[in-house]
Amino acid sequence: MLSYILRRLGAGVVLAILVTLITFLLLSTSFNDVAQAILGTSATPDVVDDLIAAKGWDRPVIVQYFDWLIHAVQGDFGVSVYTSLPVGPSVLQRLAVTLSIIVPALILTVILSVFLGVWAASRGGVVDRIAQGISLIGYIVPGLLLAIVLVVVFAVQLKWLPATGFTPFAEDPAAWVRSITIPVIVLTIGGVANMAAQVRGRMIDELRRDYIRTLRTRGSSTTSIVIKHALRNAASPALTVMSLEFIQMFGGALIIENVFALPGYGSFAFNASLQGDIPVIMGITAFGVLLVTVVNLLTDLANGWLNPKARVH
Amino acid sequence: MSLLEVDELRVAFPGRGWRAKPVEVLHGVSLDVAPGETLGLVGESGSGKTTIGRAVLGLVKPSGGDIRFDGTSIAGISPRDRRRLSRDIQVVFQDPYTSLNPSMTIGDILAEPLVIQGATAKDARSRVKTLLDQVGLPSDAVERLPREFSGGQRQRVAIARALAPEPRLIVCDEPVSALDLSTQARVLDLFVEIQRATGVAYLFVSHDLSVVRHISHRVAVLYRGDLVETGSAEHVTSTPDHPYTQKLLLAAPVADPARQRERRLERRRIMEAS
Amino acid sequence: MSDERPPQTTTGTVTPPSTELLVTLENAAKTRTSTWRRILRDPQAVVTLGLLAVIFLLGLLTPWLAPHGPNDAELSMINAPVGTPGYLLGADEAGRDILSRLLHSINTAAISALIGAGVALLVGVVAGLIGGYFGTVTRATTEWLFNLIMTFPGILLLIILMPVTGGDYRFTMLIFGVLLSPGIYRIVRNLVLGVKNELYVDAARVSGLGNLRILGRHVLFVVRGPIIIAAAFMAGSAIAVQSGLAFLGVGSLQIPSFGSMISSGFRNLYIAPTQFLWPSLLLGVITASLVLLGNALRDILEGSMPKPAKVGRGQRVLDNAGEATAARTGLLEINDLAIAYPRPSGGLNEVVRGVDLSIARGQIVGLVGESGSGKSQTAFASLGVLPNEAVITRGSIRFDGRELVGLTDAQMRPLRGKEIAYIPQEPMSNLDPSYRVGAQLVEGVRSALGVTRAEASARVLALLERVGIADPKRTFDSYPHQISGGMAQRVLIAGAVASRPKLLIADEPTTALDVTVQAEILDLLRDLQSELDMAILLVTHNFGVVADLCDRIAVMQNGVIVESGTAAEVFAHPTHEYTKMLLGAILDESTVRTDPPVAVSDERTDR
Repeated sequence: MLSYILRRLGAGVVLAILVTLITFLLLSTSFNDVAQAILGTSATPDVVDDLIAAKGWDRPVIVQYFDWLIHAVQGDFGVSVYTSLPVGPSVLQRLAVTLSIIVPALILTVILSVFLGVWAASRGGVVDRIAQGISLIGYIVPGLLLAIVLVVVFAVQLKWLPATGFTPFAEDPAAWVRSITIPVIVLTIGGVANMAAQVRGRMIDELRRDYIRTLRTRGSSTTSIVIKHALRNAASPALTVMSLEFIQMFGGALIIENVFALPGYGSFAFNASLQGDIPVIMGITAFGVLLVTVVNLLTDLANGWLNPKARVH
Repeated sequence: MSLLEVDELRVAFPGRGWRAKPVEVLHGVSLDVAPGETLGLVGESGSGKTTIGRAVLGLVKPSGGDIRFDGTSIAGISPRDRRRLSRDIQVVFQDPYTSLNPSMTIGDILAEPLVIQGATAKDARSRVKTLLDQVGLPSDAVERLPREFSGGQRQRVAIARALAPEPRLIVCDEPVSALDLSTQARVLDLFVEIQRATGVAYLFVSHDLSVVRHISHRVAVLYRGDLVETGSAEHVTSTPDHPYTQKLLLAAPVADPARQRERRLERRRIMEAS
Repeated sequence: MSDERPPQTTTGTVTPPSTELLVTLENAAKTRTSTWRRILRDPQAVVTLGLLAVIFLLGLLTPWLAPHGPNDAELSMINAPVGTPGYLLGADEAGRDILSRLLHSINTAAISALIGAGVALLVGVVAGLIGGYFGTVTRATTEWLFNLIMTFPGILLLIILMPVTGGDYRFTMLIFGVLLSPGIYRIVRNLVLGVKNELYVDAARVSGLGNLRILGRHVLFVVRGPIIIAAAFMAGSAIAVQSGLAFLGVGSLQIPSFGSMISSGFRNLYIAPTQFLWPSLLLGVITASLVLLGNALRDILEGSMPKPAKVGRGQRVLDNAGEATAARTGLLEINDLAIAYPRPSGGLNEVVRGVDLSIARGQIVGLVGESGSGKSQTAFASLGVLPNEAVITRGSIRFDGRELVGLTDAQMRPLRGKEIAYIPQEPMSNLDPSYRVGAQLVEGVRSALGVTRAEASARVLALLERVGIADPKRTFDSYPHQISGGMAQRVLIAGAVASRPKLLIADEPTTALDVTVQAEILDLLRDLQSELDMAILLVTHNFGVVADLCDRIAVMQNGVIVESGTAAEVFAHPTHEYTKMLLGAILDESTVRTDPPVAVSDERTDR
C-alpha cells in the first residue's frame, strides 16, 4: 500500500516536471515581450537586450529550465519579476485563500447532492421533481451571472454580506465566514446542479439491480437497503465526479475571485499571466499539478476503500 | 482427409493486473472434423470449449499448436487471408439478442457477408430471399428490424447469415441454449436439415449432452482445457468410458420421476465409490 | 484481431429471457417512428432548437441588421438610455450601441461554440474510437494522454497560456476544445468497448469485415446519439467559458462578446442597470436553450432514464384484488391472481391472467413454463417484490391463512426471510459486491431473528458448512467476486434457510449453473427440505429438474395454469395439449444421428 502511494506521488512529480517543462518552453517565446513590459514602451532594443542578459534569459532554454528545476526541488521557486517577493510562499498563501472557498463548497456540495440524490431516487414524486428542477437551474444559469446577482441582492441591496474583500481566518473568524459566504454559495449551487443529478442517476440504476430485490426478500429494512447497500455501491462512480468537481471549481473560483476581489490562486495566476511574470507562472503550474495529483490519489484510495473490486493489492 | 484439424492447440489469456502470469485455458487439444460431419464439443464452464471455437474463427490467437483447414494452417493468418477464409468458415452464436446488430434490417444483416465477398446488390437480394426460405422465415422479414422477432426467429436469421457465403464449416457456439424448450427442438431440426441439404460440417459447442447427442455424429468431451474422451455420439453419450463423462451423463436429470430416482441413486453410488 | 480476455460467462450458460425483458422488447418493437420525427414532436426540443436558430440567424444577418459597428464610439451617446433613436437598447460607457454589440457578440459566441465543441468532438471521437477499439497498448497510451489533459483546471491553463495565445479568442477556444475532449473521449471509448465485445461485431469479423468497416458500420452508429447530445452541452460550455474569460478581460478588447458587455455593464450597474440586463439575458437564454436541448435530445435518443423506484412501497393493487373466492387450507393459496404492466400507449397488459396454485406444508411444487409464461412474476408477487410498475389487478395470495395481496411493505417484511424465503436464479448478481459474503448473511439473519451479531455469525458459519462449502471461514470472509457461481448459490441457499422458513421460493435456482453443480444443488435442496420440513415453490423451465425434485407440477402458459397434478400423473398422462407438446419437445435419450456425413460436391469454382 505504501509503495502504491509513493509510486503515485512519484508519478505526480514526474508529471509536474513534464507540464512545467512544456509551459516553460511555451513561455520562453515571450521573453522579449516581458522585458519590454518591465522597461516600458519607450525602452530601446539595446536596453531590452541588456535586461535579458542580466536576467539570464539569453541562455539556452533547457539550461534555464534545469536551473529552475534544481532550485525548485530544494524549495526555492525564485522571485517574482515584478514584486521580487519569493514565489513559493506567495503561491501557498494564495492557494490557502482559494482552498478556503473551494473546500467548504465541496463539502456542502457533497452533502447536499447526496441528500437530494438519494431522496429523489428512492422516493420519487415531488421530491424528485424538485431535485431535477434545482439541477436544471444550476446548469442553466452561468455561475458568472449567479455571482453577480447574489452580490447585488445580498451585498449591495441588503448589505448583509460584504461585496468584496477577504478577511483571513486568523484575523477575525466571523468576518472570514461572512467574506466567503456568497462565493461558497455560488460554487455550491453549480456543484450541486452537476453532482445531484449524477448521484440520483446512479442511485436509480443501483436500486434496480437484482441484489437489491434479494435483500428485500431477506427482510432488510428500507433504510438499510438504500443507504447501506445502494448508496455504497453508487458512491464509487460518484467519487470520480467529486474529484472532477474539485478541479472544475478551481476554474470557477477564478471568476469568483475576480468578482469579489479575493486574493486567491486564480487571480494570482491571472495577473502573473497578464504581466508575463514567468517565475510566478512556473510556481503556480507546479503547485497546481501536484495538488491535482494529491486529489486524484485521495480519490482513488477512497474508491478502493469503498469498492473492493477496485483495490490494489 | 479431414476438413478441420486442431493439433495440440494451446490458448493462454493474459492474467489480470500489471504483471500477472498468463492463464492457459487449453492445454494442447487435438480433434478433427470430416466434411459434412457434426462434431459435438461438450463441456462445462471453464472447459475451454468456447475458446476452441473462437480460435478456429480467428477471434482468439493460439499460443501453441496449430489449426488446419483443408490441410493449410489457418492459425494466425493475415486479415486478408481471414477474409477469404470467411467464405468457408462461418459462425452461429449463442445469444440471439446480441448477435444481430439492432439497428440494421434483416435484409442488410444477411447481405453484409455477401457484399463483402464482392456480390452485386442484385445478386445479394436474390440470395437473401433464398436464405430466408431455407431457414423458414417469411420474405417480408427483409425490411424489418431484429427487435420485431422472437428469440427463435432471430436465431434463424443468424443461421441464414452463416449460410450466406455457402460455407463448408460452421462453428455453432451454444446456438440453442438461450431458446425455449419447444423452439430448441425446432431449431436443432433446422440445423440437421440444412446439413443434409448442403453438406456443411458443424463444430457444435454445447454444455448440454442431450442437445449434442441429437445433432452430432461424433462427440468430444472437454474438462478444464483437456480433451478427456472422443468417440461416436452414440457411445459417448450413452455408455461413456471416462469417469468425467459418466458423471456428466448422470448429472443431467431426465423427465421421468421414477427413472430419475434410479439415476440419482446410481450417481450417489459412483460418487461414494470414487 | 485477437481477443484479449476470455469470454465473460460466469457459469457458461445463456438463459432464456425474463418476462420483464420480453415486455420491454415488445414495447420497443412497437415504436418505429424515425428519429427525426420524434425530435420534431418533442416540444422541448422544438422550442429550444427554434430559439437557437432564430438567435443565430440574427447573428448571421448582423451586417445588415446592426445600425452601427461594434466599436463605433460616439462620445455624445455615453450611457444613453433605452429607446434613444438609433440606439434602441441604449449605449454603453464608451458610447457604443448596445444592440449592435449584442448582435456581434452572438457571432463571437457562435464561433466560440463551433471551435470549442468542434475541436473537442474531433479529438475526443477519434481518440475514443482508437483507444476503445484497438489493443491494450494503444489504449493505455491514449488513456495516459487524456488523463494528462484532464489533470489541469482548464480556465487556469488558458490564462497561463495567454502570453502564447496572444489573447486571440479563437486560439484560446481551440485549446479549450482540446481541454474538453477527455469527456468525449471517455464516453466514446466506453461505448466502443461495450460494442466491441458484442457478438454482432464478432460475427462481422468472422464475415470478413475489416476493422475500418466495422468501426464505420457498427460502432459509429452506436456513438452517434451520445455525440450529438454531448455537442449541445459542449457548445454551452464553450460559450460560457469564453464569456467568463472575456469578463475577466482576457483577450482583445476589440472583439465584442457577452462577457465584455457584462463586465462593463457590471461596472455601470448603478448608472444604467439595463446595460447589464441585455447581455445577461441573451447569454442566459442561449446557455439555457443549449442545456435544455441537450436534455431533450438525450431523452429522445437514449430513451428516458429509468424512473425512481420507491423501495419501501408495497405492491400496487387494484381495489377489487385481495379477496379469495374459495376457502382452502394449504400453506400457500394463490387464487385467480392477475398481474399487469402498463403499456406505453396507455392501458394495462396482463402477463399473469388468473392463476390458481396451491402448496401444502412440506410439499415441493414445480411451476413449469417457457419464457414469458409469467411464472417468475407469480413468485415475486408472493414475496411482495414485484417491480414498481406492476399492478395486481385481481386475485388473492394467502399464506398460512393470511392475505398477502394489499399488504404494505412494512407488513410484508416480518414474513420475508423468516417464514417465506427466496433463492434467485443468477447467484452473482444477487450479492452486494461491496460487502463480504459473511456480513451479508449475518445482516439477513439478524433482521429475521433479532439475534446478536456474534450469534448470527456462528449460525451463518454453521449454515455454510451445512450447505457443503469446504472452507466456511474463508468463504465468510470473501467478497462475492472471489467465489464461484456454484458457491455463491450455496451461500444464497444458506441465507434463505437460516431462519427455517415454512416456504422456500426458488426461482430457477440451477439454470445458471453447470449441470454437475446443478445436481449437487438439487441434492442439497432435497436434503434441506426433508430436514426442515419446508415447502418449496420451484419455478423452472426444465422438466428434468421437476422430475428430480417435485411432488406436484403446475404447467403455465401465457399467464394461466393449463395443467396441474402430481408429478407422476402429469409425466405419465399429460392431458393438456401444451403439456404434451412440451414433453414431446424434450430431447430424448435415444435419438442419435444415424445418417452418415454427406460430403458436398464442390459447386463453387472460385474457391
